[in-house]
Amino acid sequence: MEPFLTLTSIAAPLIRDNVDTDAIIPSREMKSVSKRGLSAGLFAGWRYTDVDARVPNPEFVLNRPEYAGARILLGGANFGSGSSREHAVWALAEYGFRAVIAAGFSPIFRGNCIRNGVLPIVLDPRPFNEPGHQIEIDLPAQEIRAAGQTWPFDIDEEAKLMLTEGLDPIALTLLDGPMIDAHESADRQSRPWAWSVLSQGEPA
Amino acid sequence: MARTLFDKLWDAHLVRNLSSGEDGDGGTGLIAIDRILLHERTGGIALKALEESGRDVRDPSRVFVTMDHVVDTLPGRGDRTIMPTGTDFILATREAATRAGATLFDIGDPRQGIVHVISPENAIVLPGLTLVCPDSHTCTQGALGALAWGIGSSEAEHALATGTLRVNRPKQMRVTISGDLAEGVTAKDLALYVVARLGSGGGRAHVIEYAGSTIEALPIEARMTLCNMATELAAFTAVIAPDASTAAWLEGRTYAPRGEDWQAALAAWAQLSTDADAVFDREVAIDAADVAPMVSWGTAPQQSAPLAGRVPRLAEPAADAAPTTPEAHGRALVYMDLAEDTALLGLAIDAAFIGSCTNARLPDLRAAAGILAGRKVAAGVRAICVPGSTRVKAEAEAEGLDKVFLAAGFEWREAGCSMCFFSGGESFGEEERVISTTNRNFESRQGPRTRTHLASPATVAASAIAGRIADPRKLEAL
Ligand code: SF4
Repeated sequence: MEPFLTLTSIAAPLIRDNVDTDAIIPSREMKSVSKRGLSAGLFAGWRYTDVDARVPNPEFVLNRPEYAGARILLGGANFGSGSSREHAVWALAEYGFRAVIAAGFSPIFRGNCIRNGVLPIVLDPRPFNEPGHQIEIDLPAQEIRAAGQTWPFDIDEEAKLMLTEGLDPIALTLLDGPMIDAHESADRQSRPWAWSVLSQGEPA
Repeated sequence: MARTLFDKLWDAHLVRNLSSGEDGDGGTGLIAIDRILLHERTGGIALKALEESGRDVRDPSRVFVTMDHVVDTLPGRGDRTIMPTGTDFILATREAATRAGATLFDIGDPRQGIVHVISPENAIVLPGLTLVCPDSHTCTQGALGALAWGIGSSEAEHALATGTLRVNRPKQMRVTISGDLAEGVTAKDLALYVVARLGSGGGRAHVIEYAGSTIEALPIEARMTLCNMATELAAFTAVIAPDASTAAWLEGRTYAPRGEDWQAALAAWAQLSTDADAVFDREVAIDAADVAPMVSWGTAPQQSAPLAGRVPRLAEPAADAAPTTPEAHGRALVYMDLAEDTALLGLAIDAAFIGSCTNARLPDLRAAAGILAGRKVAAGVRAICVPGSTRVKAEAEAEGLDKVFLAAGFEWREAGCSMCFFSGGESFGEEERVISTTNRNFESRQGPRTRTHLASPATVAASAIAGRIADPRKLEAL
């Protein structure tokens, strides 16, 4: 994954509460067993007046010329609620978004963002809702700079490390293999019932 | 130090602390995962991506796979689906699960069904275990005293490859519910009440422990219904301390411990409760007597109100309702084609749906059948019952419930998620008003532009008979 250090872009506003993952990528757009090819279905229900024919809705933010090329998305409260589908983040990332600034995120969506190199920032999005303004996100410094002002933001250590290093979390965890093995063998001793049942197979 | 139930579950599975956390960040732990559940819609992708990265499943014996999301629920189904590319998901998942050596509950298997129904009924989930699934309603299974939560596909890959997850330690909230639920008030009504009161973000980043005399008195299936909707609060998950009812419910099920192991398990489970002086980040107290039968009126589960009430006015919210915004309120009214102050009872419906991981277990079907017996679905209403699992279906048929549903005019389906969500296949139709025992009333959740009202099985059955939203406590009026 590409490390996330700084990002300078305009921001596209979608400041509504409870934008759920069904809205970000409707189920019917998840046609194949793949993480790719999802960006055309991003926000399909809002973005097109005719979804099947892909007729753009000129009112929708992503179709407005002033927001073309935006790599930052602004959201309201509880952004990414609903289904756990990671397709929502895959679609956003493939479309070009690398950061979402929202009043709040659903926890699964937030985790999915971090695992896919998309930075979720919890802040009031309204100050950044200025068409044409370039917004600079500096993850190592944990601040956003725009129009001569600076806003600090919080992010947990683990997420920051994953994003700034562009780490593959599986590779990182596998380095702890011996500790995982040790935990497991101790657990087999102390909770045999949790393990023995796994071989019980067919219905009794 | 006094510990909560969650603390005990966390500590027992903590391989090591990855970061200690500060200022409200609870830190991150490497947590051992005891069970991984997958379904064909998101699980197949996780297995495939893992294969493509050249990694193996660490321990296939801990991995269970079912077909529930895109599989058809029409009688006589096979691998062909109404969803245009559904067969690809079924085949890819079957092949990947087989190659990985996971346990697969395939189409035709008596253990097949909705993942959050089959895991408890086969005792795959047990008190004290950690369990994950790339599905947001995994919180359902916390009702058994396990730490069970929904994850994304990449996290599922991580759990499959390493047997662990890197988890941000959530904050903790206890919701204590005390007293008796009134006659005719169900766990679903309680779940809708909690979401309406705490709001769609009301549990954000918290693990919720449901406790109190009301919870202790709830049957296990009802506990699952309540925990199912914790994700609608944006909670990390929900958990209920296991007790004698939990053990009695699990005993003898397929993957329940036996013999000496059963005794050891009972001893371990007896420790799984919150210590008397443990401290939570947040406490909420609810009086069960305040809960009435509920129905949703809007496009978020939070937008629910007492069945006998009215669509709320933005200007005069109910005293115990979570805050909302004019934008969210107005948008929901337009989508649902409702005006403020409209009575909810009496709204004409086009369809009724009984199914989903919230409310498609045997007691749910019994409750609905009790109302349907000797009655007929109103003319013009499409009514569908989809049992939560093949086993629920068989048990219901053994009691003759299928005959009651069919005689009333309901369709009686094969087990699966069906029209709980719209996969691109079957739908209720644009602007059709559906009363449904499911958990999400989002825009287009049950089909493009479909209007969903969430309610209990009893309310859905009564409404199907009446052809309009109806009160199951007033059957003589039907
Ligand atoms: S029944 Fe509905 S909510 Fe439950 S797992 Fe299936 S699609 Fe999700």
